[in-house]
Amino acid sequence: MKALKCRECGRAYPLAATHVCEFDFGPLEVVYDYDRIKQSLNHSDIHSRPQTMWRYRELLPVAGDPTVGFEVGFTPLIKADHLAQQLGVRELWVKNDAVNYPTLSFKDRVVSVALSRARELGFNTVACASTGNLANSVAANAAAAGLKAYVFIPADLEQGKVVNSLVYGAEVIGIKGHYDEVNRLCAEIAGKYGWAFVNVNMRPYYAEGSKSLGFEIIEQLGWRVPQHTVVPMASGSLLTKIQKSYQEFVKLGLAAESRYHIHGAQATGCAPISTAQKAGLDFFKPVKPNTIAKSLAIGTPADGFYALRVMRETGGSAEDVSDDEVRDGIRLLAECEGIFAETAGGVTVGVAKKLIASGKIPANDSVVLCITGNGLKTLDAVVGHVGRTRDIKPSLREFESLLDAETRSTAQA
Amino acid sequence: MAAKVRIPTPLRKLTNNEELVEVNAGTVGAAIAELQSRYPGIQERLLDDTGAVRRFVNVYVNEEDIRFLENQQTPIKDGDEVSIIPAIAGG
Repeated sequence: MKALKCRECGRAYPLAATHVCEFDFGPLEVVYDYDRIKQSLNHSDIHSRPQTMWRYRELLPVAGDPTVGFEVGFTPLIKADHLAQQLGVRELWVKNDAVNYPTLSFKDRVVSVALSRARELGFNTVACASTGNLANSVAANAAAAGLKAYVFIPADLEQGKVVNSLVYGAEVIGIKGHYDEVNRLCAEIAGKYGWAFVNVNMRPYYAEGSKSLGFEIIEQLGWRVPQHTVVPMASGSLLTKIQKSYQEFVKLGLAAESRYHIHGAQATGCAPISTAQKAGLDFFKPVKPNTIAKSLAIGTPADGFYALRVMRETGGSAEDVSDDEVRDGIRLLAECEGIFAETAGGVTVGVAKKLIASGKIPANDSVVLCITGNGLKTLDAVVGHVGRTRDIKPSLREFESLLDAETRSTAQA
Repeated sequence: MAAKVRIPTPLRKLTNNEELVEVNAGTVGAAIAELQSRYPGIQERLLDDTGAVRRFVNVYVNEEDIRFLENQQTPIKDGDEVSIIPAIAGG
C-alpha cells in the first residue's frame, strides 16, 4: 500500500480510516506499488502458500500480517455441467462462496481485510450497516478477534440472518426502514463515534477484499480469465472489484491478456443499475426496493456509476429477474449442482439464463457465475415453493401404497 | 423560518466544526447558496460545474432522498432537517 487516492479527482490521502475525498466526495481507493509486487509475486510463490484468500496478500490492503480471518476464502470453483446443459452454454463454472468460512458468504473476504486493517489502525470497536450477510460476518469475525461489534440492519430481515448475527454476542440494532435508510443513519453515526465502520470509514480497505474472489477464479481456472463472469449487484462494489482483480493479474503477468465480459445481475424489484445499463445511461436513478432478494436491496447503489462503467468497458450486460425467477434460479442450481444458494444466487442464475437465451452470452463461450451466499440463511424466501414432504405412518404398506399412487399418477400424466 | 442542515464530517473544516447549521432558505438549492455565502467554498464541494448535485453526494430532507422529491427545488420549511451524506458501500 502506498496511499489512498480519490477515484474522481486523484487527490492523495494518508492510509487512515477515511473513505471520501474532502473535495468532491469521491470514494477513496488504495494505491499499490505494482512494480515492487511484480518482483515478488509469481505462480510458484502463490502455489506454496496456504489455500486461503491471503495467498494474494500483496494485493490486499494490510500493512503487516493479517490478524483476522486467516482461513477465509479459496472456496470451490465447480464445473457445472448439468446446469450448463439446462442453460444452453458450452462451459459453465460456479464459484461457490455459499461455503465461505466462517459465515457462508463472500462478505467474510471483505470483513477479514477490514478488521485486520482496523486493528492495525488501533480500533477496538467495529460496526457495519448491512443487508444481513455483512452483519453476520462482522459479528462472527469480531467475536473471534476479541473486538466489540455493533451491526445495523433493516428490522425486517430474514430470521436466519438476524439469528446469525445475534448468536455471536454482537450488538444488533434493527432499523425500521430499508437498507438505504440504515446506511444514511450509519453515515451519521460513523461521523460521531470513533468506531471502525467496515463499509463507511474502512471502505477503501474493506472493498479490496472482494478482489480475492476474482484472483481465485483465475487461479482455479488454471491462470486464465473467464470469457464471461456474472456477478450479483447490490451497491455494485463486487462487480467493480472483480474487474480490478482481473486487471491486476494481467498487469502482474499472472494471467494472459484476453477479452472478457463482466455482466451484472439484479432483482427487478430493486434494479437501479440494470435499468440504467439497459437504457444505455451512465448514471442511475435511485429506487425504493421491493424484492425477496434482500441482500441485493440497495436502492441507492454507491458504486452504481462505476459498475455501469465496468460493464461498458468490458462489453458486459445487465439484466434483472422477478421474485419467481429468483426462486426458479435457486431451485435450478440446487437440482443441477447440489448447491443451495441464497436469493442473490437465484438472481445470478436467473440473469445468466436470460443472458444466454438472448445471445448476450454466446452458447459457445465459457461462463463463471459468482454465488455469494448460502440458502440456509434465506429459507423464508423459498418455504412453500420447493415441494412438500409426504408424511406417512412407519408402515411398509403405507409407503408402498404411496409409491403406487404416485406411479399411477405419473403414468396418467 | 429556520431549517437545520446537518454537515457531514468531511465538510466540517469549512463550518468551523459546526455539525448543525440553521438556514432561512426556502428550497434545498437556496440552502446550498446560503451555506456558500456563510462558508465560502462549500458549494463547489456539493455541486459540479453544471450546478447539479455531485454524483457521490446524497441530500435528504427529513430522511427522504431529494431525488425522490424535487431535487434542488425541494421546498424546506421551519423545523425541517436537511442531511448531506456521502454515498456508502454495500452490505
